[in-house]
Amino acid sequence: MTPLTTTNDDLTITDPKMKAHGVDVFYGEKQAIKDVSIDVGTDLVTAFIGPSGCGKSTFLRSLNRMNDTVASARVTGRIELDGEDIYAPSMDVVQLRARVGMVFQKPNPFPKSIYDNVGYGPRIHGLAPAKADLDVIVERALVRAGLWDEVKDRLGESGTALSGGQQQRLCIARAIAVDPEVILMDEPCSALDPIATAKIEELIHELRGKYAIVIVTHNMQQAARVSQRTAFFHLGTLVEYGKTTDIFTNPRQERTKDYITGRYG
Amino acid sequence: MAVVNDHTVKAFDEDLNRLRGLISEMGGRAEQALLQAMTALNKGDLDLAAQVVEGDRKIDALEAEVEQLAVQTIALRAPMADDLREMIAALKIVSVVERIGDYGKNIAKRVALMDQTRSIEAIPLLMSMSSIVAELIHDALDSFAARDAELAVRVTVRDKNVDDFYNSIFRTLVTFMMENPKHISESAHLLFVAKNLERMGDHATNIAEMVYYVVTGERMEERERGEQPEDGAAEQEQG
Repeated sequence: MTPLTTTNDDLTITDPKMKAHGVDVFYGEKQAIKDVSIDVGTDLVTAFIGPSGCGKSTFLRSLNRMNDTVASARVTGRIELDGEDIYAPSMDVVQLRARVGMVFQKPNPFPKSIYDNVGYGPRIHGLAPAKADLDVIVERALVRAGLWDEVKDRLGESGTALSGGQQQRLCIARAIAVDPEVILMDEPCSALDPIATAKIEELIHELRGKYAIVIVTHNMQQAARVSQRTAFFHLGTLVEYGKTTDIFTNPRQERTKDYITGRYG
Repeated sequence: MAVVNDHTVKAFDEDLNRLRGLISEMGGRAEQALLQAMTALNKGDLDLAAQVVEGDRKIDALEAEVEQLAVQTIALRAPMADDLREMIAALKIVSVVERIGDYGKNIAKRVALMDQTRSIEAIPLLMSMSSIVAELIHDALDSFAARDAELAVRVTVRDKNVDDFYNSIFRTLVTFMMENPKHISESAHLLFVAKNLERMGDHATNIAEMVYYVVTGERMEERERGEQPEDGAAEQEQG
């Protein structure tokens, strides 16, 4: 491994959790992602930034085949999880999405109890043979998501009765409960107030190292605060990928600079 | 490199322009203070010297204004990349310019303490040295205004001339003191004047190094330094 330097050139990710190579994504005729190659580090938080319509969410969704749910979407190129092609015919998509969990922009708890929201995934994936096992899993996920103390006395209440920030942490607990390897977050704080946002950011910080985390955000300060690697997308291409500190203090590409300094227009 | 001001939020551009204008004015005043202080010294002009001392208040006030504006801009606009580097550099540059102003004031204050200086041969040398230093300060601030990294590098290289001048004046004054014990007091003041000028040159290079950082995002390579000053103070005063 080359020693760490302060330049963007050294991007060695020794232990990539996911590798994308030459990925194109089409919606019908329209190409939304053009030839994107990127490694996602196991112990890192990776932020995808870029203006609306740049393809960052589309690319994020191709990492756990969420785009499969869009009839016109077509993905070419290769995306690997631990060296395994996730678009291979043999890949079990349900299993894949358990390994690569997702948290969405708007909190979307099931209209069920807090307990069931977290317990549903482990149950259908057969991770909890007995009720006692499930209790342990639910508690651990809620603790990790920083929600346990707030909900431990009302696990039977509906998940939708929680505040927005609590709902989002419940969704993160739900993603964690099936013991994923990667968590994808698509603008997880855009519907939350600053306090709830700070709690999610603190949570991301806590979860780093336990899961590979990829976050799409419009809030560049947030990308700067939570991530160690930042990728800037523009018009479907990956313009620049580097250490977060470098991207925000000394970006190499003019387009990156214009975007992060607010000159984009 | 052209200075491009085209932020989507126009008020940000206005803040940046105001900041640059203030720094430019501050630099102009510091350079002026140096030239006037040296003229006052050369001619024994006490009124001019008093003007320089008085004018330093305005330089200090400008420093405070820039600091306030930079902190406000960082807080309100959350600048990134070259904008962020400019804010940080602005804060550092004004504190350096303020020091340059202080050295000018210090030279001006010595005018009243000397009466016989015109007979000392080091004076013309000091005048020449001061015009080189004033040019360095001028060019360092020009490089900031124009985002000119090459000019900044040239400023740091030219500082070698100032250091060489200082060493030469140091030797001249020491020799003069040995030969003219009656003038030791004046000569000592002139030594301080020379030292102040040498420090001003160093500060001009500090500004140039910050400009280089603003423009390129990199620290300037360790430059070829001039001969170290021979008064033994080099170690504690470098950097």
